[in-house]
Amino acid sequence: MRIPSARGRFSGSLFELLRRPPEEETTGTFSLVEQLVDQAMDHHEILVDEDLQLALFCLYELHYGGLEGANERWEWNPGLIAARQKIEAVFEEALRGAVVLPSDRPENSDSVAEALFGLTAADNGPSMSRYVAKSATVEQVREFVVHRSIYQLKEADPHTWAIPRLTGRAKAALVEIQADEYGGGRQERMHSALFARTMRVLGLHDSYGAYVDVVPALTLASTNMMSMFGLNRRLRGAIVGHLAAYEMTSSQPNRLYGNGLRRLGFSQDATWYFDEHVEADAVHEQIAGRDLAGGLFETEPHLLEDIYFGATAALALETMSTARIMAAWEAGKSSLLVPLPSSS
Amino acid sequence: MSAASPLDEQNDRHAPLSSPEIVVCPNGPLLVRGDFTIAAANGGKIPRRRRTVALCRCGASGIKPYCDGTHKLIGFRTKPDTENAV
Repeated sequence: MRIPSARGRFSGSLFELLRRPPEEETTGTFSLVEQLVDQAMDHHEILVDEDLQLALFCLYELHYGGLEGANERWEWNPGLIAARQKIEAVFEEALRGAVVLPSDRPENSDSVAEALFGLTAADNGPSMSRYVAKSATVEQVREFVVHRSIYQLKEADPHTWAIPRLTGRAKAALVEIQADEYGGGRQERMHSALFARTMRVLGLHDSYGAYVDVVPALTLASTNMMSMFGLNRRLRGAIVGHLAAYEMTSSQPNRLYGNGLRRLGFSQDATWYFDEHVEADAVHEQIAGRDLAGGLFETEPHLLEDIYFGATAALALETMSTARIMAAWEAGKSSLLVPLPSSS
Repeated sequence: MSAASPLDEQNDRHAPLSSPEIVVCPNGPLLVRGDFTIAAANGGKIPRRRRTVALCRCGASGIKPYCDGTHKLIGFRTKPDTENAV
């Protein structure tokens, strides 16, 4: 993706740096970035901080598809890694502060799955899927898809980082889920490819990052959370819990999203992505709960709290993000930073 | 000579990679992995789009024979005493 437009002092300095060769920026990078982060971290609004969430998103992007015009050697630049860790520390603290972990201590892998199913069933945040099924306009559905595109065009990638950090039953489970996410060997069935198809039918650009400039911090924060959990080995419990919660809250909502698109007259080409998830995630939620999260608990029981943390943080950010989007729509406004050109 | 139990088969390094396995999920579907086909009652095959599938056993799925997670909404409960490993 392109380097986006800056949203503040820190992202501005970062993007300026990324356009230069890293060889010329050694100690300077380190101190400049560190100083800027120190200044920017004085507040506790990191989940909705446009400047820092965008910068963090781009720092992570160096590890995924890269940024056009940024030298690939920036990926492991010590100054940038140091800056990332400073933002991550505050981000993680904010996420931990936003959740309440269950206190029950499961006995085995099945009771871990039960606890996770219980958590996701008890989640009573506002329902985007019911709104899309019954009431959303075409313009609102396009906005919803734009928000989702930030993650869904690289669907499954953040969780893939966890594979080498797991062993045995948990690893086999994650590989089985990811193989299905990546289309079982068929490129056109990759979930990211199905999502791109939906975007094209809706008249949206399907190239990765095409809409980074118009989505708010909270939308970026959802993907940043996954990248942070996935890229830090110490948070392997959280990325596992995140995936479990994600899969457990997917089948029914996706059925409703598909229904919403059908209500608005869209073809099977547009609903394929959502219809696919109804069936796929009913499989994945069982494997993710019992074998992935449950299997990890059996080999590393001390990670239980992080498994719960990942799951509850996923639900919490989803609730916050949905509330923000729906509030904008209720006020008759766009939920994006810049409204989309209307569909023709 | 008695037939090999599924566990023996799993541990047998000569067992084919694709030998089928059914996992009985508490309060949920049957997960089926490996080499199998799902036959329709009229003799045809029911389309299968993934290697591992979840088969509905609560009766409420909208995409039967596959599971769509509806068992969670209707409070479907299985009996642990008949489904525990021995």
